[in-house]
Amino acid sequence: MKILVPVKQVAALDEDFEIDSTGRDVSEEFLIRDLNEWDDYSLEEALKIKDGATMPVEVVAVSVGPERIDESLRKCLAKGADRAIRVWDAGVEGSDSIAIARLLAAVAKREAPDLLFAGVQSSDHAFASTGIATASFLGWPHAAVVAYLGYEPGARTAVVRRELEGGVLHELAIDCPAVLTIQLGINAPRYASLRSIKQAAAKPIEVLAPAALGLADSDVGPSGSLSRVRRMYIPDKGRAQMIEGTAVEQAARLAEIIRKFKGAGA
Amino acid sequence: MSGILVIAEQRRGELRGVSLELVTAAQAVRRGGDAVSVAILAVEPEQFVPALSVGGVDELITVKVDAREFDPDVHQATVASLVAARGPSVVLIAHSIDSFGYAAALAARQGYGFATDVFKSEWMGDELVATRDGYGQKVNVEVDFPGRKTVLLAIRGNVFKPAEQPASPTVSAFVAPAAEPRSRSLQFIEQSTGDDVDMASAEFILSIGRGIGEEAKVAQFRELAEAIGATLGCSRPIADAGWLPKSRQVGQSGKTASACKLYIAMGVSGAIQHLAGMKHVATIVAVNADSEASIFSVATYGIVGDLFEVAEALRSEF
Repeated sequence: MKILVPVKQVAALDEDFEIDSTGRDVSEEFLIRDLNEWDDYSLEEALKIKDGATMPVEVVAVSVGPERIDESLRKCLAKGADRAIRVWDAGVEGSDSIAIARLLAAVAKREAPDLLFAGVQSSDHAFASTGIATASFLGWPHAAVVAYLGYEPGARTAVVRRELEGGVLHELAIDCPAVLTIQLGINAPRYASLRSIKQAAAKPIEVLAPAALGLADSDVGPSGSLSRVRRMYIPDKGRAQMIEGTAVEQAARLAEIIRKFKGAGA
Repeated sequence: MSGILVIAEQRRGELRGVSLELVTAAQAVRRGGDAVSVAILAVEPEQFVPALSVGGVDELITVKVDAREFDPDVHQATVASLVAARGPSVVLIAHSIDSFGYAAALAARQGYGFATDVFKSEWMGDELVATRDGYGQKVNVEVDFPGRKTVLLAIRGNVFKPAEQPASPTVSAFVAPAAEPRSRSLQFIEQSTGDDVDMASAEFILSIGRGIGEEAKVAQFRELAEAIGATLGCSRPIADAGWLPKSRQVGQSGKTASACKLYIAMGVSGAIQHLAGMKHVATIVAVNADSEASIFSVATYGIVGDLFEVAEALRSEF
């Protein structure tokens, strides 16, 4: 069997940063790139099935982006993914999560996996939509925010528990093939060994353009998107009243706040 | 296309509070003669009519569906059918775990303009503009939807005040289209771990986050919480790592700390889900090494400094 795991290289911001000249994103030099935290968990969930299976299970990582994202795909290879695919050409620039999902669905049609695991959301823009939109383009069943998965390789249904608000889980059975979006905490993601990191550096990454997947120029980029970034800006935020001084002075003030609270309650 | 369609949310027979927040959010995108219609999907939708009869709602649409609990296929087919029948220019849903399960599929299939986790929306001329945040709440992002006749917005919770003025909207029934669910609801499970703490009734919580660094440090904060008379809580990464049981997690996906009045967050950077779950607390004190941590924008008091030094100094005060 095969599990396809779409991953994203996300960006966090440096302590100081500036909006670029387009006014629609942060300047490249202030972005710190890494594999999306949720994707560590979705990849691990696929690798767990592979490790526990008696039949051969292939885990394929896929991502959409320019050459720099190879670093994140190599991280997936180092952790145990069998293959990695990167989709890109200049026309993909400016795609929203829906256009990205269209590309991922095209890869899934080619790869014909039995399951597709995506992260619930990305830590940088948190649309929480790529995985479920991918399911829509594939016409597959889907479940979001999965915090537990029971699945026997090759089975026609899986049992999942969705993590709802307020500490409640909703358990359901879902037909496969299916798209599941995976929540943090579902497992304990592994670290790659130094040896496997070295091996991953030498592994090939297959690069595909949208056209090779049967998509037209209008399917990706701004014309294939359902939203467009118009402006990005640094908001004026409320700011806590800061307690200055040494740790001892700060703690003394905090103790005062606590005593006052307790006094009021008594 | 005109009018605003709001999709209310219910779970296990209870209307979710965010439904009434959506009614308030709808007023900001109302233009001229726009009517606000609120649809509720349930096995017995009429039971929600009284709770949804509030000011700002022109029409309540009851939609009887076969699925007792949330099902993504039923929701997608029904909302698509409602939009086709009513032709709204804006559809508002909650940015919730249930909408995570169908909103993107619906928008992708129908070609609606689409944005999630929206906390502000308004018309600028003929363009609907939605504002959300990015990069861990460090920037605001305005998005628009060129050429889209209908726009689906998933609205962040705890931003808009719930509408509560009683009113008498017209009520009409809508026949849901046939849908074939491809998943089957089995049961709801309360996450319990044998730890009998009741975060919901705790008035004073000392919460620890990723900033404590390692599991061995948990004991020190447990002892500190005890000394100052606080209930020990934690943010998601601490519970996920198994350093504290899930029942101690506060924030949106954890327990609702509804009685909390004083919240001391140590080493909690402040993911949006965590902040949303603690927004109601009267006094929040954040202690963090990172002066730019998001939590300082919602905290009442902030302390930038070494977590352990502050914790030790605080311990010696009691």
